[in-house]
Amino acid sequence: MLVQEIYDNLKEKFPEAVLEFIGTATGDPSTVVDAGQIYNICKYLRDQDGLEFDYLALLSGMDYKDKFGTVYHLYSLKYKHRFVIKTYLPKEDPSLPSVERIWKTANWHEREAYDMFGIKFENHPNMIRILCPYDWEGYPLRKDYVGQETYHGVRIPV
Amino acid sequence: MERKFIEYDFGRVDSERMRLNVGPQHPSTHGVLRLEIELEGEIVTDVIPHIGYLHRCFEKYCEQMQYPQVIPYIDRLDYIASMNNEWPFVMGVEKMMNIQVPERVEYIRVIFAELNRIANHQIAVATFGMDAGAFTPFLYLFRDREMILNLFEHTSGARLLYNYFWVGGLAHDVPPNFKDTALNIIKTVRATNEEVMRLLMGNKIFVERTVKVGILPADVAINFACSGPVLRGSGVEWDLRKAQPYSIYDRFDFNVCVGSNEIGVIGDSWNRNIVRMNEMEQSCRIIEQAIAQMPNEGDVREKFPKKVRPPKGEIYCSAENPKGELGFYLVADGGNKPFRLKSRPTSFVNLAVLPEICKGYMVADLILILGSIDIVLGEVDR
Amino acid sequence: MGFLNRLDDPFNAEGIILGKVEDLLNWGRARSDWYLSFGLACCAIEFMAVNASHFDLMRFGCIPRPSPRQADFIIISGTVTMKMAERIITLYEQMAEPKYVLSMGSCANSGGPYWEHGYHVLKGIDRVIPVDVYVPGCPPKPEAFLDGIVKLQKKINQQAIFKKRAKLAEEEKIIVND
Repeated sequence: MLVQEIYDNLKEKFPEAVLEFIGTATGDPSTVVDAGQIYNICKYLRDQDGLEFDYLALLSGMDYKDKFGTVYHLYSLKYKHRFVIKTYLPKEDPSLPSVERIWKTANWHEREAYDMFGIKFENHPNMIRILCPYDWEGYPLRKDYVGQETYHGVRIPV
Repeated sequence: MERKFIEYDFGRVDSERMRLNVGPQHPSTHGVLRLEIELEGEIVTDVIPHIGYLHRCFEKYCEQMQYPQVIPYIDRLDYIASMNNEWPFVMGVEKMMNIQVPERVEYIRVIFAELNRIANHQIAVATFGMDAGAFTPFLYLFRDREMILNLFEHTSGARLLYNYFWVGGLAHDVPPNFKDTALNIIKTVRATNEEVMRLLMGNKIFVERTVKVGILPADVAINFACSGPVLRGSGVEWDLRKAQPYSIYDRFDFNVCVGSNEIGVIGDSWNRNIVRMNEMEQSCRIIEQAIAQMPNEGDVREKFPKKVRPPKGEIYCSAENPKGELGFYLVADGGNKPFRLKSRPTSFVNLAVLPEICKGYMVADLILILGSIDIVLGEVDR
Repeated sequence: MGFLNRLDDPFNAEGIILGKVEDLLNWGRARSDWYLSFGLACCAIEFMAVNASHFDLMRFGCIPRPSPRQADFIIISGTVTMKMAERIITLYEQMAEPKYVLSMGSCANSGGPYWEHGYHVLKGIDRVIPVDVYVPGCPPKPEAFLDGIVKLQKKINQQAIFKKRAKLAEEEKIIVND
């Protein structure tokens, strides 16, 4: 199925939650959806006949400077088509529902997004840091991140 | 003499559950992985992986470096298969800048990527054998791996981290005796593989230890987004080289290897390893065909762009690494540095399935299951 | 001059060698260095290659030990992160004296390619533990690593055991009674 057809299908089912279709001259087109509805939309994409996106290839957190966001890259192993979903989140206290119950692989990806950007995922079973130490301060991949001076008494900068 | 089975009645025995720490310094964790395991006697009841002991800030670095400078950092993700790592990134940038690389470059890339796949699988099988207590295959496979590394060193100047695939071409041309050396390597690899098949994969002790251990059903593997030999060992025929052919992989005749019920059960540790052994043979076939078709003349640097500066946009480009699908999600803002480069790390995703498949096995089997997943901590932690 | 070299002395037909006990002890220590088998990052793969058939580290008398309590020296083979640094200090403190540290690769020497923006990378292992031999390279070639081992052996060969013990006994830092 073409990306445009999948988008039309989704727009018909969720007229309110599907916000925008971004088609670029270079690279992959993507669909922006309402962050609050992400769980329902993903569940529909996985379970609907003809779509069956059973493979979440990548979940990434984003910092667009004026807002945060998450990006979901989906495959269907059966039909071999792909789809990209995006959400935008406000700068203050970003949070959205977790998709861990749909694709188990999202568990670690969401923890990483929390670790790097401070995006909170609701209903996640274990929302703690994953790469940085558990007592690390700040969210490193934010564009305005300033590194720590010392960690447990050891100097970090050069 | 007839064997007698004697039944004892112990009544109900309750034991306390014990929490045990494996790693980060442990000979069998393949790096600095820490596992917190919960045991009931010898039986594993829970596993919690703690990662991040090698978190080297890769994604932060990509935002600070220009596009060509990013490639050396990508080498250091999965440092066993650096040639394969560079490919998806370079391919993604080329797609965005609309560069069509010359035929000869594509063939050389295929040959080097497949050679590196062989080298990676040699390490995977060798260290897995060592986890099971077989030391000899380790020596045999590392002896052959040196031949591949010598060719890489001759070509790119480095043994491990090559910085060889550049945007628009290759850093250098191949040495003059390249074809003969590559064919010679294939011959040796095939001979050793035959030996290892008998020595390790068909070994009664090894089979007893790995068959029916760590069974990963296909639906669980897909739900956890596993890829590479871990997914194919569970019987799912998914290989990006066939499913969405990139580069020139549609020109070669090769099979996608999947696990079978031949000796073990589909999805167990033995099957994940036999997939690796069979893939080495398929890689040899691809290299043979590529060497036969490869054009002899041509400049590998003629399509280099003057400035690597992709237009505004975003792309997700992935390729089949030895360990599975490695992808890069590149967001460009029109500048000479990536706005964001997020990698889809293969080992990170594959490792997440570990707690699911090792519950109920012995603690000695846990080490084997971890070995059969074949992780590299540089890629897990980045 | 090493202890073993005196065996070639033509005047020693009787098989008698005159020398210091210190030389004999150092000769023995330098040729049976046991290391902690411990890998961190990319350099650990080259280190594995050094161990395997082609380069064969064991001919230098280096034998891997899984426990720090049995090891003579530790090889820091790769990038040290803040999370790992604390564990390395613990491992180092568990080793028995005399102990040596071999820092392998640019990352362990100085932070290597991760020196500038690496918010989670320790810029050189010598910030937390003392280092005896530095091996440069990213990663070092096996030949360079073997040269580092030879350098370490030379260092051990020249150590003054008894002077140090006498000095320490004078300062009453340790009790010498054996």
